[in-house]
Amino acid sequence: MFAYILKRLIYAIPIALSVTVVSFILVYLAPGDPLSAIAPADAPEEVIIALRSAYGLDQPVPVQYGLWLMRAVQGDLGLSIATGREVTSEVMRAVGNTLLLAGFAALIGVIAGCLFGALAGYRHGSWIDRIATALSVIGVSIPHYWLGLVLTILFSIWRPWFPAMGAGPGGSSEWLWDLEHFRYLVLPAVTLSVIPMGIITRTVRALVADMLGQEFVSALRARGLSGVAVFRHVAKNTAPTVLAVAGLQIGYLMGGSILVETVFAWPGTGFLLNTAIFQRDIPLLQGTILVLCMFFVVLNLLVDILQPMIDPRMGRA
Amino acid sequence: MTTPLLTVRDLSVQFHGNRVASALNQVSFELGQDEVLGLLGESGSGKSVTLRTLLRLHPARSTRIQGEIRVGGQDVLALKGRALDLYRGGTVSMVFQEPGLAFDPVYTIGRQITEAIRAHESIDARSAAARALQMLEMVQIPQARRRFDAYPHELSGGMRQRAMIALALACKPKLLLADEPTTALDATVQIQILLLLRELQRETGMSVIFVTHDIGAAVEVADRIAVMYAGRIVEQQPVDRIVHTPRHPYTEGLLAATVGPEHRGQPLRAIPGSPPDLAALPPGCSFAPRCAYVSEQCRRDRPPLLAADDQALACWHPVRGLVEAA
Repeated sequence: MFAYILKRLIYAIPIALSVTVVSFILVYLAPGDPLSAIAPADAPEEVIIALRSAYGLDQPVPVQYGLWLMRAVQGDLGLSIATGREVTSEVMRAVGNTLLLAGFAALIGVIAGCLFGALAGYRHGSWIDRIATALSVIGVSIPHYWLGLVLTILFSIWRPWFPAMGAGPGGSSEWLWDLEHFRYLVLPAVTLSVIPMGIITRTVRALVADMLGQEFVSALRARGLSGVAVFRHVAKNTAPTVLAVAGLQIGYLMGGSILVETVFAWPGTGFLLNTAIFQRDIPLLQGTILVLCMFFVVLNLLVDILQPMIDPRMGRA
Repeated sequence: MTTPLLTVRDLSVQFHGNRVASALNQVSFELGQDEVLGLLGESGSGKSVTLRTLLRLHPARSTRIQGEIRVGGQDVLALKGRALDLYRGGTVSMVFQEPGLAFDPVYTIGRQITEAIRAHESIDARSAAARALQMLEMVQIPQARRRFDAYPHELSGGMRQRAMIALALACKPKLLLADEPTTALDATVQIQILLLLRELQRETGMSVIFVTHDIGAAVEVADRIAVMYAGRIVEQQPVDRIVHTPRHPYTEGLLAATVGPEHRGQPLRAIPGSPPDLAALPPGCSFAPRCAYVSEQCRRDRPPLLAADDQALACWHPVRGLVEAA
């Protein structure tokens, strides 16, 4: 097991490296000059040149990348061009907020998805199945910024139960685990949870329906195991696949919330990314993309390690 | 015969899907204590359906079951909830055809046997595990202690089937259903498993229904053989007689289609045609389209299953009459 984890960790290194290359290069492929955001339009030539060398933008791109990577490894992602604050601390604060939002959305999505999926799988072909399938298709198809707006209209304007914007009193830096702050979390989290819920519902439904038709489930019943005990077996057999799908979805949640975070003005990475793009804040953009990509790498690594712990047939080789 | 352990009376099973398939049609038979019945027939003849119906394994929503099943006085078709769970595996248990598919792949063998024991008896985990290990030793699995912690995919086919038998016998059932337990195994392993089953049956005195399409295997373990065709029992005789004096043309055909050293150099005599569509059974005898002795009556009227002494037959033109040989 230890050797397996080590192997997975080593495999993750080249992936992580290519991620840094892509997140660095991609930004250069985008049009626009970062200096236009800080220097006045009529700035004299020598000021522009001075700024350019101050930010290291006069160096060849590979050199810039090398320097950037060296510092990034040490946790220093440079200074934001727009605000002059440290990118690392900006990103980390946003990451905290996004994790909170994504975690809560994932919780809703995974729990509801597993529940609906299992119900639909057990009652394959019944009206419960049809409702669950319809809901999951709708969930996956609806644009979630639109859903966010509709939920805002319904539950913070028409029935003002939940606030529509921000992360509560104290803004982005002072999250507290109390009801007051929690209310700010509800609408964006529900909005975000709809897509993973739909995908997980469909996955679990297909897996459970397939599992119930398998010989070993008949054999479990033939042994006199109760319905609950049989369900435990079915659950453990479906878990590795559900885990892989859920892991991927949670990964999307971590970075895919630009639109929802913007709709709800939630101070997370998506919001930050949006700001960075519009301000051409290259260090901030690179840093945010890098951190988000690393989430995917780490999450996939976790799933890879967890899966064979549940299903003994996987891994080991 | 004293009161039989198992009585099946007029059992019919229909599967409702796009079409209605009549998988079993008014099947009746009895099985005594300590008796081994071989159910013989080709694929789709209703052998496995019979076993699965005995354990009520068919999905309730798409299956219609009529008739009566009694095991030790219990009305099986009326069992519900906990009583049904206790009956399954406790009174009647089953060995499946593919041991590779009949174990849950993500739990160890030992854990699954232990779990089955604890589902039937209030017994602590340690004693249940000890008994599970004992069962593995009983079915002669070498290094049973090591296999106890093995996952199903880590065992060979023969080993898995032994473990399956251990699991089936763990709660001391009165009746064991063996659904082609040797079909998926190598020829040499088949014989070992057959011998093991016979030995365990003699030791425990349980009754066994042994389903197979292999006459050789049936003869090896059974006391009595019932031949099934298209969801019906067409003939029943003690094993030593059916081989020499088959009465139903289908049984005769099955026996003629087996290969032995004395048949070397001769073409294999197969039964012409194929089994009927269970969703569109002919009105008369189901075997009529393939039968060499067929008459107008066979196509029109279904022959009833007539019993005499320890045998039964459903045929208008038997190869040998019931009375003549009795």
